[in-house]
Amino acid sequence: MLALLKTVVARDLRLAMRRQADIVSALFFFIIVVSLFPLGVGPEADLLRRLAPGVLWVAALLATMLSLPRLFADDFRDGTLEQLALGPQPLAVAVFGKTLAHWLSSGLPLTLLSPLIGAQFDLPADAVWMLVLALLIGTPALSAIGAIGAALTLGLRGGGVLLSLLVLPLYIPVLIFGAGAVDATAGGLGAQAHLSVLGALSLAGLFFAPWATAAALRVALE
Amino acid sequence: MLEASNLECVRGERRLFAGVGFRLDAGELLSLQGANGSGKTSLLRMLCGLTAPAAGEIRWRGQATAKLGGEFRAELCYLGHHNAIKEELTPLENLLTSARLAGEPLAEDNALDALETVGLAGREDLACRYLSQGQKRRVALARLVHERRALWILDEPYVALDVAAVDMVAGLIGAHLQRGGLAVLTTHQPVAVAAGSIRELRLGS
Repeated sequence: MLALLKTVVARDLRLAMRRQADIVSALFFFIIVVSLFPLGVGPEADLLRRLAPGVLWVAALLATMLSLPRLFADDFRDGTLEQLALGPQPLAVAVFGKTLAHWLSSGLPLTLLSPLIGAQFDLPADAVWMLVLALLIGTPALSAIGAIGAALTLGLRGGGVLLSLLVLPLYIPVLIFGAGAVDATAGGLGAQAHLSVLGALSLAGLFFAPWATAAALRVALE
Repeated sequence: MLEASNLECVRGERRLFAGVGFRLDAGELLSLQGANGSGKTSLLRMLCGLTAPAAGEIRWRGQATAKLGGEFRAELCYLGHHNAIKEELTPLENLLTSARLAGEPLAEDNALDALETVGLAGREDLACRYLSQGQKRRVALARLVHERRALWILDEPYVALDVAAVDMVAGLIGAHLQRGGLAVLTTHQPVAVAAGSIRELRLGS
């Protein structure tokens, strides 16, 4: 089972490296969306500092959404998904691997980039580190929940819009606690409770979502 | 070994076939015939367990395949319409990855040897995007060279192949049957496979 997991993660990461344009465009999307806010609301440092956590998290959600439609679509089109479904191991294991690879190629780069963007909003240093930590703990949940939506809309025409409508409401808890953790730190309070909830969301997502995703994929394959 | 009884397939509002049954033993080949749209691919996908039959049952070694689940899939090799290869990867990477995903890792020497058998020597390190349709099909078929699982289910294995490659694939299937394997395939080309016994099943008549 571990061997299958390793193979799927290695394969998806290799494919991602050969298609770097996808990763880079999602990162630039993140940077541009975040940079539009100071231009729109004006350069008041206090206001920007208050807006920063929410804006960064919303941009991170949207940037993660960008790569979701392709999570299973390519494998579905070229027949690899059939082969995964016919493997002797449960399909959910392969799905878990694909979710991890998706996080490594979307959530993790966003997280690593976020201190730079945080500085742009004049966030204090401890709030920036909390932002990185919150993104690191929270973004796996985005990939796991998003995978369910990607599987449910697989093979539908115009599935991209439907996917957003389906997945974005489910991202709300992650958004609230993720932004809340940074807010609390900026306000001088402890963020441990927020981080615990985020961690719980990610763990529960990574554990339960692959089963739901695998069930949805089997329906799509029928 | 593989038995199907009274299978029925419904696609949307249409019933493609009903009352289809057959029995296949070790070393035997089942060749599915039928016009386009008569449900050949649907029957193959049903045998694999990708779709559930509307009625009827499929048994492997006397037990229902739906119950066997992973145990049955571990003895099954399915090659569908789509090649299941990645355009960004090279033939060698594709072959090694698909073998590992199927749970039967292949040594690199064996993989190179398989690619040579299917006539892709010298193309191992070229991204599959640059290969022709027939060459991509050969990459997919290279899996069969070292495949020792008992049941092969092949959907149009000869499509896009040239005459020499068709003979080569027929040879692979023949060798598999002589080892005591089973094969189910669809094709529109009459191809001679060296098999102990060939059964034919015509759908939609």
